Amino acid sequence: MVSIPTASSNASLRASLHGLPGVDRVGADARAAGLGTRSIKTTAKRQAIDMAISMVDLTTLEGADTRGKVRAMCAKAVHPDPTDPTVPRVAAVCVYPDLVAEARDVVGSSGVKVASVATAFPSGRSSLEVKVADTAMAVAAGADEIDMVIDRGAFLSGDYLKVFEEIQAIKEACGEAHLKVILETGELATYDNVRRASWLAMMAGGDFIKTSTGKVQPAATLPVTLVMLEAVRDFRDREGRMVGVKPAGGIRTTKDAIKMLVLVNETAGPDWLDPDWFRLGASSVLNDLLMQRQKLTTGRYAGPDYFTLD
Amino acid sequence: MSERLSVRKTYKLYIGGAFPRSESGRSYVVTGAKGEFLANASKASRKDVRDAVTAARKAFPGWSAATAYNRGQILYRIAEMLEGRRSQFVSEVAEADGVSGKKAGELVDAAVDRLVWYAGWSDKISSLRGSSNPVAGPYFNLSTPEPTGVVGIVAPPMGPLFGLVSVIAPVIVTGNTCVVIASERAPLPSITLAEVLATSDLPGGVVNILTGSSAEMAPWLAGHMDVNGIDLTGADAELAQKCEELAAENLKRVLRPNGKTDWAADPGTGRMTAFLETKTVWHPIGI
Amino acid sequence: MIFEYAPAPESRDVVDIRPSYGLFINGEFVDGSGTPFKTVNPASEETLAEVASATEADVDRAVQAARKAFGVWSALPGSERAKYLFRIARIIQERARELAVLESLDNGKPIKESRDVDLPLVAAHFFYYAGWADKLAYAGYGTTPLGVAGQVIPWNFPLLMLAWKIAPALACGNTVVLKPAETTPLTALLFAEICQQADLPPGVVNIVTGAGETGAAVVGHPDVDKVAFTGSTEVGRLIAKSVAGTNKKVTLELGGKAANIVFDDAAIDQAVEGIVTGIFFNQGHVCCAGSRLLVQESVAEELLSSLKRRLSTLRLGDPLDKNTDIGAINSAAQLAKIRELSDTGEAEGADRWSPACSLPDKGFWFPPTVFTGVSQSHRIAREEIFGPVLSVLTFRTPAEAVEKANNTPYGLSAGVWTEKASRMLWTASKLRAGVVWSNTFNKFDPTSPFGGYKESGYGREGGRHGLEAYLKEIS
Repeated sequence: MVSIPTASSNASLRASLHGLPGVDRVGADARAAGLGTRSIKTTAKRQAIDMAISMVDLTTLEGADTRGKVRAMCAKAVHPDPTDPTVPRVAAVCVYPDLVAEARDVVGSSGVKVASVATAFPSGRSSLEVKVADTAMAVAAGADEIDMVIDRGAFLSGDYLKVFEEIQAIKEACGEAHLKVILETGELATYDNVRRASWLAMMAGGDFIKTSTGKVQPAATLPVTLVMLEAVRDFRDREGRMVGVKPAGGIRTTKDAIKMLVLVNETAGPDWLDPDWFRLGASSVLNDLLMQRQKLTTGRYAGPDYFTLD
Repeated sequence: MSERLSVRKTYKLYIGGAFPRSESGRSYVVTGAKGEFLANASKASRKDVRDAVTAARKAFPGWSAATAYNRGQILYRIAEMLEGRRSQFVSEVAEADGVSGKKAGELVDAAVDRLVWYAGWSDKISSLRGSSNPVAGPYFNLSTPEPTGVVGIVAPPMGPLFGLVSVIAPVIVTGNTCVVIASERAPLPSITLAEVLATSDLPGGVVNILTGSSAEMAPWLAGHMDVNGIDLTGADAELAQKCEELAAENLKRVLRPNGKTDWAADPGTGRMTAFLETKTVWHPIGI
Repeated sequence: MIFEYAPAPESRDVVDIRPSYGLFINGEFVDGSGTPFKTVNPASEETLAEVASATEADVDRAVQAARKAFGVWSALPGSERAKYLFRIARIIQERARELAVLESLDNGKPIKESRDVDLPLVAAHFFYYAGWADKLAYAGYGTTPLGVAGQVIPWNFPLLMLAWKIAPALACGNTVVLKPAETTPLTALLFAEICQQADLPPGVVNIVTGAGETGAAVVGHPDVDKVAFTGSTEVGRLIAKSVAGTNKKVTLELGGKAANIVFDDAAIDQAVEGIVTGIFFNQGHVCCAGSRLLVQESVAEELLSSLKRRLSTLRLGDPLDKNTDIGAINSAAQLAKIRELSDTGEAEGADRWSPACSLPDKGFWFPPTVFTGVSQSHRIAREEIFGPVLSVLTFRTPAEAVEKANNTPYGLSAGVWTEKASRMLWTASKLRAGVVWSNTFNKFDPTSPFGGYKESGYGREGGRHGLEAYLKEIS
């Protein structure tokens, strides 16, 4: 089985990664779909909704993002439902590097973390120097967490060493900040690749593995998340280190979010049911979670007019 | 000068490619249609049945794993060898059945033709009996026929060659091995056939031929737990029912034709399919 | 964080269980002459209904009704028979939830299985054979029906086995007398109502309830032309013996002791799922269950620890709870048998393991159980347990795996887990079993022939092959 290579080469990385057990796509799809049929009702639903809210990385990653947009989103992150103080805050906000300072300013000491994408997000097509500088800038501006992208081109062409070393370099540039490694699973095509990329990212020192940028379809599907949860579970078994998982992109409804939590619960296990180890990269899901939460509280279906759009 | 004394043939059993005498040491007198002495034949015992089943089981993995093409080739070869000994068979059939040389010749020819006919089925029966199944899901799903295993055959008392060939060929062409209880009344062509089989590239044990009392041997064959199927064509109603009851013990596949079989008619595929299993294999389709 | 799933029970109000049920003969519910029996919910031991018991005379009435209907039914154009079957299939879809709840109540299987597996397959089976009814001439088995089919089915998949029996029989133009299992008669009786709802001509389908004697009367009736049985090898043997010397055509789907072979290059997570599906699906009450896990020694330890972790997530309890993975054992008698064999396993020296799992106080329950250190000579490696009990054996080489897998009088199914295609095909070709699931397990489909080698019975159900059992041979 895989162990952390000391003097890495493409050949040794290849031997490690290709020595991992394969993933049968049909079987993985069936398992994820099966878990997706779990029926989470009443008290469990209430618990799941609050858990999901507390795990959201509330995200805006648009070219049209402005200071105003980011400030509004960050305010919502701290108080998702201004009318109900029992609603937990979200885990983090996620923005582009140039807006980190803005976000930092709003979330302050609320406990909401500031995450920043970096490394020539979303394509990752730039030099290592630029990627390191991008990261350093975000960290300097106050980012608690860095969401980097891997070089999918390098990965698909078998240059595992390049991906590995890049992750190591970014990890170093992160300093105290936590590093989430975005695999962009939609471009990796096979579940075997998802498993290999997960291990590569973990071996190189990533604190989290994240499915997607949100810019590529498909993004955080259930089976891809399942494969990544299996990877962190197995990695802890073998290396003794826990790595977090963040599905991102395509999680829109409470049902989507709860399915993810069921997946965590029954795959990696309850240890991962914690914002420190599991995040949901999303934006619109938050309002749906709030609406469903209110339905549970009041017994009435809620409407979008009663929740803030930020 | 006295007339030359003929050298009489000893008819033995055919087990595992060899020609042993019955372990019991028994033999019986075989007479022609007019009651004249023809030869002594071995009278096989239950232990010979047991040995024959062991030989058939031993031959099964190899024969069933042979390519269909190879099995077909061997059946063609049997037909060739049979044709090569045509005159011997004609006289044996004529003596056994009391028919004219012409009629006996036709029966031998029919036996050769039947072998050729079945030989050609070796690599075709799968496409008839198999199927690709369009299951409602991402799975490749294929059904293919496979031989049942060791098949016991009670050969018809009439038609000592044509009938015999017509029951053996369909069983072995698909990859089964068999233990045949030859016509009790007219066993001699069966042992001559065994000599043909022994020189036709047919692996030893694929066909094992026992002569003697059907009523004595068939129940041992039908009750044998390492026999997977039984063809009761040559058993009378009483023996057939007894054998069928014994065969139930390990759920043998039983072939018990209703009424008299017309060997001259188109045999159809029924004698092959009676001893074929269908195996269905599933596999996911995914990247 | 501990995430507890709150109870999520399916409503049982969708189904209306009558206090008592008669026999369904000639299109009507009639009283039986035998002493009625009770059918209970195995998850609670609560009596669900009282059911009529058919005597030999009742069975005779049913066979006569079927014989009379055979004239009408076999004379119908195939296209008309097809439309009746199609109509039945649609009604089954429309009443699927009702049937699923009833199945779970009477059988004890989890609602997620009756809802997502049994019922969709039941409807699909009727749709599939509806399509054959007017195409028999193309199938290669002739077009002449046999007559009256006497069918006896087990309790593990009550409605699905009914579909496997009735759909092809009717498509080919036969009429049927079917006996459901004594412990699970209710969905068959609801199916009788569906036949009425579909305006199926009276006598085409007759349902006679009762225990073993009723079944024996069906099988032994002299005017039955065809016997179809699914159940134990023991009873199959008796049936084969009883029809000896008759002209009844017989198909038997009997027991199994399937090997599920995991090679060292298998996709481990999917193999674990396949092992779980293989032996814990339907509480292991599955003739083709993967009850013998044969794992390559080099990965045995790793695989077993993954398997045990996975088994700890199985949820055992109320069959009507949508999150239940393992339901109730169907009957007290079956539970006793499972206990007896499991205790034997322990006594013979195998190591017994079950996840921490509390069993309900009432009803019949058995925890998912894994025996390691099992060898071929142990009873639990040879006898069909028909419960949630897995025996784990190891092997060193592919040849040894195949040898062990085939070392059984049964031959119903087998599993192969490897990422290497040539090894998969080699293994599949060597296994003496009627169904080989490679990199999957316990998958069923109406288009896919199902049935055993050796003592697992003969004949195939499903697919084009399934027609052969209900048509007169052409020769």
